Amino acid sequence: MIKVFVPRDAAALSVGADEVAAAIVSEATIRKLDVEVVRNGSRGMLYLEPLVEVETAEGRVAYGPVAASDVAGLFEAGFLEGEAHALGHGLTEEIPYFKNQERLTFARCGITDPLSIEDYRKHGGFQGLTKALQMKPIDIVTEVTTSGLRGRGGAGFPTGIKWKTVHDLPAGEKYVACNADEGDSGTFADRMLMEGDPYCLIEGMTIAAIAGGAQKGYIYVRSEYPHSVHVLREAIEIARKANWLGDNIQGTNHSFDLFVRMGAGAYICGEETSMLESLEGKRGIVRYKPPIPAIEGLFGKPTIINNVMSFAAVPIIIDKGGEFYRDYGVGRSRGTLAFQIAGNVKQGGLVEKAFGVTTRQLIEDWGGGTATGRPVRAVQVGGPLGAYIPESKFDVPMDYEEFAKVDAMVGHGGLVVFDDTVDMAKQARFAMEFCAIESCGKCTPCRIGSTRGVEVIDKIIDNVDRDKNLALLEDLCVTMTDGSLCAMGGLTPFPVMSAVRGFPEDFHKPAPPANKFLADAAE
Amino acid sequence: MAKKAGKQTNGSRVEQFPAPTPAEVAALAVCASHGNKPDELLEIFHDLQHQLGYVPDATLPVIARALNRSRAEVYGVLTFYHEFRRQPAGKHVVKICRAEACQAMGTDALCEHAERSLHTRLGGTTADGMVTIEQVFCLGNCALSPAIMVGEKLYGKVDPKRFDEIIGGLEKEAAE
Repeated sequence: MIKVFVPRDAAALSVGADEVAAAIVSEATIRKLDVEVVRNGSRGMLYLEPLVEVETAEGRVAYGPVAASDVAGLFEAGFLEGEAHALGHGLTEEIPYFKNQERLTFARCGITDPLSIEDYRKHGGFQGLTKALQMKPIDIVTEVTTSGLRGRGGAGFPTGIKWKTVHDLPAGEKYVACNADEGDSGTFADRMLMEGDPYCLIEGMTIAAIAGGAQKGYIYVRSEYPHSVHVLREAIEIARKANWLGDNIQGTNHSFDLFVRMGAGAYICGEETSMLESLEGKRGIVRYKPPIPAIEGLFGKPTIINNVMSFAAVPIIIDKGGEFYRDYGVGRSRGTLAFQIAGNVKQGGLVEKAFGVTTRQLIEDWGGGTATGRPVRAVQVGGPLGAYIPESKFDVPMDYEEFAKVDAMVGHGGLVVFDDTVDMAKQARFAMEFCAIESCGKCTPCRIGSTRGVEVIDKIIDNVDRDKNLALLEDLCVTMTDGSLCAMGGLTPFPVMSAVRGFPEDFHKPAPPANKFLADAAE
Repeated sequence: MAKKAGKQTNGSRVEQFPAPTPAEVAALAVCASHGNKPDELLEIFHDLQHQLGYVPDATLPVIARALNRSRAEVYGVLTFYHEFRRQPAGKHVVKICRAEACQAMGTDALCEHAERSLHTRLGGTTADGMVTIEQVFCLGNCALSPAIMVGEKLYGKVDPKRFDEIIGGLEKEAAE
């Protein structure tokens, strides 16, 4: 029996992985060969998807990107024995893109069958939880604090402090909530982990529940990720049956149960208090803080809220110790971050790497430059609320503090690459437009400021009192930064002002010709 | 004789309360399947939209009563979230990502192409009721941009040519 791996990750499916898997099965049947097709997660080399791997004595051999029409040729060339082919890349683990990473959180992703608990355990799964079940809750919190883990959703708040707050409150009804509302463009690490290694998230959340004394947990997944929802629900069901969730986990006196809730296309629900409202079945309107959610969170009870990546880092921290994790990284940014290289890039994908790597390394060494072959002009780091970085800042190391010094943010580690055809005034306008569409509407600077921002940028583009309007835009951005209730309105000025300051020439072009047809249509 | 019969009917509850519509029946069943729990309102809307294709306004009072919430609250939740629709959509809903990573790979041109080739705006439905096109911000397929989603099926690296093939496939499927 020869094992062939074809990913079931949504990104792989989006370029025909199902068709490739079906073609392999039918070709093997015709040739009367004993082939088992395993649907694994993605290795993160998305530019090679669908990436087909064959298990050989030397290790797994990679072929990609494979189209269904390539399958007959692969059989002909002897890919089942790992023979050479135009699409071949040799041993997967030796591909530089993969080999030069530091995979801690994504150690299993792409290797195992995501829903197989046996696979998960064979590759070190549930070792962290097994230890945690025997530990004192405060010792778990200490270990997480020692690791230096900071919130991977973007804000970078120390996870240990959050957990300690919940731990120190009197016992009673408490919750764990996972923010899987990965709405930022250029980010897909949460999705890849949920689809490729769901038990890792389940394990991390269960450890959090033991540390904080919570009985129930929720994973809030965005509705744009139907594949993740299906995989998680199935994984939770299997984990329950195997007693890794539910009452008296593995015969101990710890009980914890987990539920998946689906969002409904509201970007703001990635803000933690808005997410809590949504989990309670309400409009996703941001709450005032204080009280912080650790004290009054879901249903008014103490709640540990973390991002998928934060929870998924916990199993290895408990298994190998906080110091092991802390030894990766630089400055006050410890451990690894799953960088996501996206947009106009030749080799897009996920690169898990210790903090300290630079934007240039990521987009040149891994990304291989732009897909269009033109020069890179700007990179937006950290999602739609992150700054646009010009080439002069590409050598700043990825570190929360170093990035803050140059008015940018690492955020969730997403990088969107643009070539030299990008119009930065248009990107600045989009940032305001996006904020206007997605604002929850509770506070004035965000709700009204974003709409006024679009209008002001339109005037700048049309060369109407340009200098006055640029000054007005800056003033508006200060108001939004200082006066908004949450990061939505508070950070929208980041992409806007970084575009104005880093690419001023785009705001001083001649006004575009007025389009008579459009003007007539508007009337 | 006729008068007497009329009196009888007037007295019965059936005539005072018109029979619930199929949509209302569906809404009640969905609420019950979620234990009539108010915190599951989003899940209830998802299920209802899955069954009926949209959430009819007529179901809102029914849901409000079942969950012991005000009609205003239920209406507020429905209209807050972009995903829920109050009008029926086309047979296939095609979501085109318009976020930054897809912008870097030409989603603006793709949106224009979609609007022109299907003769409808983003948010609109083709004249034959086959396809609704919508904008969406990020489908999490940012390394294989531009991305679109048809129903629950995700597509990556969608240029205008591939878009036409995908839409053509839907039409072919319908013809068969």
